[in-house]
Amino acid sequence: MLPQLCLALVMLGITAYAVLGSADFGAGFWDLTAGGPERGGRIRGMVQRSMSPVWEANHVWLIFVLVIAWTAFPVAFGSVFSTLYVPLFLAAIGIIFRGAAFALRGQAATIREARALGGLFALSSVLIPFFLGAALGGIASGRVKVGNAAGDPWSSWLNPTSAVIGAIAVVTGAHLAAVYLAGDSVRAEQPQLARAFRARALGSGVASGAVALIGILVVRSDARSLFDGLTSGGGLVMVLISGVAGVATLALVWGERYGLARVTAALAVAAIVAGWALAQDPYLLPGQMTLDQAAAGDAVLTAVLIGIGVGSLILGPSLWFLYRLVLQGRLDQSYEPLDQRFRP
Amino acid sequence: MAAPGLIVFAQQVTDALPGGGAQPDTVLARQMQALSLAVHIPIVCFGIAFPAMILFVEGLYLRTGDDTYKALAKRWSKVALIIFAVGVVTGTILSFEFGLLWPEFMATFGDVFGIGFALEGISFFVEAIFIAIYVYGWDRLSRRAHFWTGVPVVISGFTGSFNVIAVNGWMNTPDGFDLVNGKVVNANPWDALINENMWHELIHMYLAGYIVAGFIVAGVYSYAWMKGRRDRYHRTGLVVTLAFACLAAPVQVIVGDWAGRDVGDKQPVKLAAFEGLTKTQDGAPFTIGGFYDAGRGEVRYGIEIPKLLSLLSHHDPNAKVVGLDSVPESGRPPVNVVRFAFQTMIGIGTALALLGVVFFVTWFRKRRLPRSPWFYRAVMVAGPLAFVALIAGWITTEVGRQPWIVYNVMRTEQAVTHAKGLAVGYAFLVIVYIALASAVAWLLRRLARRPPETELASH
Repeated sequence: MLPQLCLALVMLGITAYAVLGSADFGAGFWDLTAGGPERGGRIRGMVQRSMSPVWEANHVWLIFVLVIAWTAFPVAFGSVFSTLYVPLFLAAIGIIFRGAAFALRGQAATIREARALGGLFALSSVLIPFFLGAALGGIASGRVKVGNAAGDPWSSWLNPTSAVIGAIAVVTGAHLAAVYLAGDSVRAEQPQLARAFRARALGSGVASGAVALIGILVVRSDARSLFDGLTSGGGLVMVLISGVAGVATLALVWGERYGLARVTAALAVAAIVAGWALAQDPYLLPGQMTLDQAAAGDAVLTAVLIGIGVGSLILGPSLWFLYRLVLQGRLDQSYEPLDQRFRP
Repeated sequence: MAAPGLIVFAQQVTDALPGGGAQPDTVLARQMQALSLAVHIPIVCFGIAFPAMILFVEGLYLRTGDDTYKALAKRWSKVALIIFAVGVVTGTILSFEFGLLWPEFMATFGDVFGIGFALEGISFFVEAIFIAIYVYGWDRLSRRAHFWTGVPVVISGFTGSFNVIAVNGWMNTPDGFDLVNGKVVNANPWDALINENMWHELIHMYLAGYIVAGFIVAGVYSYAWMKGRRDRYHRTGLVVTLAFACLAAPVQVIVGDWAGRDVGDKQPVKLAAFEGLTKTQDGAPFTIGGFYDAGRGEVRYGIEIPKLLSLLSHHDPNAKVVGLDSVPESGRPPVNVVRFAFQTMIGIGTALALLGVVFFVTWFRKRRLPRSPWFYRAVMVAGPLAFVALIAGWITTEVGRQPWIVYNVMRTEQAVTHAKGLAVGYAFLVIVYIALASAVAWLLRRLARRPPETELASH
């Protein structure tokens, strides 16, 4: 029971990161594809304004996942990091560029500086979720062997499952971001911008569905046991929930009901993460190591649960306070297109 | 030749061969880790100390209603947010590197010390949440509420470093597990978390945070002072940061003495490396300068002060001090690196403490700032020097811990990854950090050039 609870904490962290953190990456995707400085200035201004107060807190979910994983499942953690070092290192480098460039763009004084920093921010925002997704694909398809760099450093993440999960991570992040940004644009009283994000939310939503369907076919041929897990029992239930929530999101976005669309879009992503966990049960590293084999001793797992439990008494209200202030618009800066700032 | 001597000899030979006893990549991995820590640790200093200084100035604003204080606190909070953002990413690199570089360390001991990082994760979360609320909440929350949203930033800065340093303390005095046939069993994370070494390390680092952040920021305002910008805005910036740093610097000397005695007690070989003391002896001398000649087993060209080491490390001039010869050569850290770093830290720390005394003596006797331009020049140099002392201090303790990653339990080369291509990653990381540092320095300068009044125009 203790290992399951600790795994639940890890999955909670991954879900939160996939719902909140990947939306920040998705915002970077729209920043990247917004076009030239004048045409894209409006989109970029909204991205800058929406992400600024929350991206750091959203990013911490990744740290949360790492620290619980290495405490509760140390051997699996060592095996994953030593085998998948290429995509993880690249993601880490991307994280430096993304965070620093975004923070510094807020202080840029000329359009040229803002463009250079923005390009760096946006490009890394696309690469990070791909590499992290590819690493997850390596785990889910059973390519991480137990031991110090025991798996293949290249085929463990350059494979069909990794490619498709990396693509899903990028596309769903873009979809979530578009849904959130559409809502933020309405709150900022920018109807034109809201329409632009609505179109992007619909397009990326359809694309997410398409990639997910292709993904199921790819997984079927590349990682059969994962496919079987996703198409039976709890895994199947989660896949279906995700599909329904995805379709509901499209309908809500179509009807411009962005508040509810936030919830269903997040649910669609959360269900897929849960489905993945159920699909590879009882394994932590499929075909290699079960959850029980990977778990640390009871004293450690109890300590993790107590530590996080007590910590969440502070963390929970703090997060609630932050998102309440954000969603009420109380931390909003006044909106201006990014290129406007540099006009005399 | 006696059998133990043969073993030592054999170990030396195999350790020296590439791909022999030692993993050839251990050195690269250690350098990568050290580089990443050296980038992150100064940022941590700002995380520890800067929010308290900002809140102090905002407190002045709340009491007096003077907009100068508000402009200063607001400006500082923007700087703090940029530094925090950089700290978020450099801290992430560290947690990735634990897995990427030291998978065996994590696999074997992750469960023992991990709870410290789990709690640090919570602190980090709270810090990220409230620093955002604080910085974006200017003019949007009530004045009092805004002040209070800064308090969790100060507290979580402390608890975060508490937990990380607890883990470092544990690596130096490992506890909370049993070793049965080379296997780690009965991990007890709470015993590991609260270990003997952490208390002096924590206080030492906490004060270092105030000294480094205080002197670096004070240096900026000292420069402005020399350039003739002596209005209330600049004066406040100078006095507040100087007061924090100058208060902490003399206290640091006392804490350093405590730390040194603790190390002498629990890691005598490390202390011997600080001093290049080869032979265990009573009434050991303290040698300033010079270098350690491993062949002769002595420090050459140094100035020797008789019995001082015994006096410092045990508060008794005739006390016995354990030398490097208490362990085979394969169990000793690289003496010159450790010793040079140690002496650098001591030298700079003493100088900064004196600077602090000068400031306070002038302040209390004459109720004003020192007038000599040399004082302001000294403060400008003090920031970079404090940074050097900080890094030297961490080199002292971390290289001094070698060849162990977990002291006397796991050697560093047993912990390192078997993955290839570390050199490529290392080169890449160096370039990235250089780019990062230049970009940050450049943008902070840009921010500093903006007139303070812009902070009061709400936007």
